[in-house]
Formats: sequence, structure tokens, C-alpha cells
Amino acid sequence: MNDDGTVNRAALPAIFNPEDLNALEAALDIKDRFGGTVTVITMGLPAAVTTLKDALYRGADEAILVTDARCAASDTLATSYILSCAVRQLKYDIVLCGRQAIDGDTAQVGPQLAEKLGVPQITYVEKPVEIKGRTITVQRSAGNGWQKVKAQLPVLLTVTGEANVPRVAAAKKMMKYKAAMTPAGIEQTLKAENAAAAPDEIKSLAAHKAGELEKKGVLIKQWDLDFLKADLTWCGRNGSPTKVHRIQSVVLASKETKSVEPTDDGLAGMIHELLEDKIIA
Amino acid sequence: MIDVNRQGEVWVFAEQHGGLLEDTPIELMSKGRHLADILGVGLGAVLLGDNVKGLATKLIHYGADKVYLAEHPLLEHYQANSYAKVFYDLIHKYKPQIAIYGATAVGRDLGPRIASATKAGLTADCTDLQIGDHKTTDGQMHKNLLFQIRPAFGGNIIATIINYDRWPQMATVREGVMAMPTPNTARKGQIITEKVQLSPQELPIEILEEHTRAKKVDLKAARIIVAGGAGLGSKENFRLIWDLANCLGGAPAATRAAIDLGFIDHDHQVGQTGTTVRPSLYIAVGISGAIQHQSGMSQSQKIVAINNDPQAPIFDVAHYKIVGDLNEVVPRMIKAIKEKGFKETSSAESK
Repeated sequence: MNDDGTVNRAALPAIFNPEDLNALEAALDIKDRFGGTVTVITMGLPAAVTTLKDALYRGADEAILVTDARCAASDTLATSYILSCAVRQLKYDIVLCGRQAIDGDTAQVGPQLAEKLGVPQITYVEKPVEIKGRTITVQRSAGNGWQKVKAQLPVLLTVTGEANVPRVAAAKKMMKYKAAMTPAGIEQTLKAENAAAAPDEIKSLAAHKAGELEKKGVLIKQWDLDFLKADLTWCGRNGSPTKVHRIQSVVLASKETKSVEPTDDGLAGMIHELLEDKIIA
Repeated sequence: MIDVNRQGEVWVFAEQHGGLLEDTPIELMSKGRHLADILGVGLGAVLLGDNVKGLATKLIHYGADKVYLAEHPLLEHYQANSYAKVFYDLIHKYKPQIAIYGATAVGRDLGPRIASATKAGLTADCTDLQIGDHKTTDGQMHKNLLFQIRPAFGGNIIATIINYDRWPQMATVREGVMAMPTPNTARKGQIITEKVQLSPQELPIEILEEHTRAKKVDLKAARIIVAGGAGLGSKENFRLIWDLANCLGGAPAATRAAIDLGFIDHDHQVGQTGTTVRPSLYIAVGISGAIQHQSGMSQSQKIVAINNDPQAPIFDVAHYKIVGDLNEVVPRMIKAIKEKGFKETSSAESK
């Protein structure tokens, strides 16, 4: 935890959020059945490259890392703004998100991203979708039931864990994308390998290597807020209306606990008390 | 986004389906009333739909001072775009300082869309709301803010979230965590009818079919709940939970772990991602007591916990602590109950 109550992401392993895997699977399924290409975007620390590579191993066509120190401490509103800037760089028909993250559980970024992009949202998708022309038909969970709904593309979908079973990494893809890197990753590796080299030399080596990877189609794009022309008013801590007032470790209200012997007498005594107290009748 | 405005009301989104109010907004009325009283402002209920005027009086009975009524044929069925637009327009017109939504399927779909449009903050899945003061690191004092309290990061911490500069302060609140108020039919309030302008373009989704899935069990209404955890070991052994529930006329429930293991249907889940319950009696069997589970049951009137690990965290919230093998304790308990003259009921049936 950082001093301001936000999470120190650097101290946490970067994982593929479970329902984002379902969103990726839904995208790959759409590609398999209706065509198109699948681009994966994540906003995070450079370590998130591992997650992007995992997506490539499973079948994504392209991966983009949005990373910038000024993204730090973004709440859901700032995150959705930054992601909307990234999505706007691309041509898209369908934006898919996992319903929610397993850390925050907020389920807010999907609908907020849809609003920022000005597209309709269909949340809680629970079955593979159907597409005919520009029309998408989706079954979604609606709390105490389900709905089948129809909309015109473009749309944003949030996908639940029930929607599908994510495919695993394909050996062929792993071979292909094993070397996939971001430009910054390349530079870092070169620096580590050639500690004595001049910065200029590293730069030109890195540019060359990046060109090679790009030719092979295994360069992971890396975008920062300048590239996205993001308005910094809406990014990171400044762009986050929610602030942490206080974080408390959970201290459970300690109640008066009576120990009951696991014997016939002990249990009969407890049942008697519960009856007396009219807890059971 | 609206400016900080101390005279702004407290608003509750009065979610309705087919002309019936959901439980959660009614639960929120009591909390909203409490917050509004502390702040010395009015409580408004925002009621959207078609032909739902009849619900306005009900909302007043539950504590609303004003009901903002927006009726339109295109509002008959909930859609994020149309509902968010109408709600957003109301926020800009009346500038409430607080807006709260149930963390229902609809509330969690609508709230973020409104938050994004207003560029205001929204805290998801709160378990409590309070009013309090916040001092920023540079010494600025912000008085009477909405404390949006929720478990975070697996529930090991409780976070209190605030927003002091971009209002309204908004939160979704978990179902069942606030007590249901009793209606006061003598209460008087004001119904403000809003003119709604919507075009079909604002309804980009066409609902082709709609089905309700009847819940297999109504845990919220159960007076007695017998819950089992992964400690039961197998679906066959989970039979013990059904048996104990049957002999008490209670409802069987489970932790997420037990449900993931396939011991019982998801509808029976108690905890952070399941149902929050507050029965008279909660019997936790073979449940270690992860905080996610505790957050859904710790407000039960009496808690009995059975576990073979004396250090299990579930004992921290239990009134009766029974350390022992559940395979022996549960049958003994059933025997003790039957000896007290309980008749077996068939209200709960195993599938």
C-alpha cells in the first residue's frame, strides 16, 4: 500500500485478470466465426508485458501497452479516460472488457469506457454472441434473470466468467511471440547486456531491433500519455475524483464467544440456550 | 461534474422493474434518510419508468421528502443510455450533493455511466455510508463528506473513500447490508414531475427476450441459515448441511469455495460476491471464515461455528465456538434438536 492509500502495483505480480481472459476468448471466438482482428490493450506497469504476451500466445493479433508514470493512482474514471484515448487510436467495431477485476471488483471501467467512447454498453455477457452484418445479438445476465438483446455496432461488451472457457496458449504462437517486446523493453535489455555502451549506441541498436521485431509482427506497441494526446487533467491522481480517506485492516468486532464442548451434553445445552433466547422456535 | 454545494440533497435511485420497487432502493431510503438528517438537507428519490407514479407515495412513506418522477414510454424498460441521460439531466438541474444506487445488476450498469458523464467519483459496492470530515495532506479541511466504506483487496482491508472536489458524491451499495425501513403511511412529501425528452436514438439496445430465473432459495428472508464450507469435503457429505437445515426449518447456504467445488448451487452463496444475510441464527459448518464470507454474515444475530481448527477466523465472529469434527458434531446437534421436540420440515430439499 502507498502512503496515500492507493495500491503499490509494483509490489504485486501482474496477472491476467480472470474475466479479461473471458473477454479475450469472446473476441477470439468472434474472430473465428465472423472474421476480424483482435487487438489487446492494457494499461499498467512495464511488467504487464507478460500479460500481453500471454494474450498473443492465446491468439490475439496485436498487443498494446499503455504505460506512463502519470497514470499512477488512477481511479476507475481516470482509467477509463486513458483507455478511451488509446481505443480512439484504433479502428474498432467491438470493445470487449472483463466484467470486473478481481482486486477492485468494481465493474465500473467497462461502462465508463463505453460512455467516454459514446457507444452503447452491453454488460454481463454470458453466452457467445451472434453477428449478422452490423447487428450483434447477445445474451446477458440481468440480475434475477437474463435478456437477449440486439444492437448495432460499434458496441462495448463486458464479459462474465460464465460466457465461455478461455482457450489455452498455442505452442505455435508461443514460438512466434516468445521474443515479443516493447521498445522500452528492448532498450532495457540492451543496456543490461552492454553496460559499457554509450546511450546513443544503445538507442540506435534498440531502434534497429525494434524494426526487426516489427517486421516479424512481434513488436508490442507502447504508448504513453503524450502519444495519446491525453488531457492530463483527467489522468492519474488529478483525474481521479475518488480519494482514499482511510484504510483499516479488518479488525473483527470481537464478540463474547462461548466455547461449547462437541459432546451430546454440550450441544444440548447450546440448543437449550438458543431456544430460551428465542433464536430458534 | 457539479461544484461542491452544501445545500444539495441526498438522492436515492429508486430502481423499479415492471412497476415494482426493488428491495435495495428501499433499504437505501433508510440510510439516505439518516445521511440527509445529519446534513440537514432533504432526501430525494429518483423514480424513472412508465406509469410508475403509484410508487412515488410509497417512497415518501419510506422516508423521501421529494420524489423526482420521470415518466416516459421509452423509460418502461431499463437501458443504460436512456436512464443515464435522464438521471444526468436531473443532476445538472438540481445539483444533489450525494447520489446512491443499489449495487444491483442495474445499479452497477447505470452508476458508472452516470459517473463518467458527470466526471464525478463513484465507489462500488459499499457496505456502509457515513458522514465525516477529511483533512488533506496539505492541511485543507473538508467537512461533512460522504464516507464510502467498502471492503477492498480480497476484503482484508476496509477502505473509506471520499470525493471532495468533484460532486455529486456517488456510491453503489450492496444489496441487503442496510436494514429495511418500516413505512410510515402518515409521512408527507412532494412529487416533482419531470418532463422527459427522449428519442429512439437514445435507446440503442433492443430487448428481444427477457426471462426471470427464480432463485432456488431466498436467503435474505431466511430466519435460520445453515452454511457449509469446503470443509464438508464432498457434495455427498454436504448432505449434512441440508439435514441440519431441514430439522431447524432453515435454509442451506455455502461459501464461495464450497460452491466452486460444486457442492451446491450458486444461489446459495453467502458473502461478498453472494448474498448478504442477517438471520437470527447462522450456523457455519466447516467454514474457515475468510473475510469475504464474514462480510456477508457477520451481522447475524447469533452465530454458531463448527470447525476442527481452533484458530479458524470464523470463531472471531462466532457466539458459540464448537471445536470438533463436523461429521460427528452435526449429527449430534441434529439429535439434540430433535430431542427438544423439533419436527423435521421439508422446506429445504436437496437436489
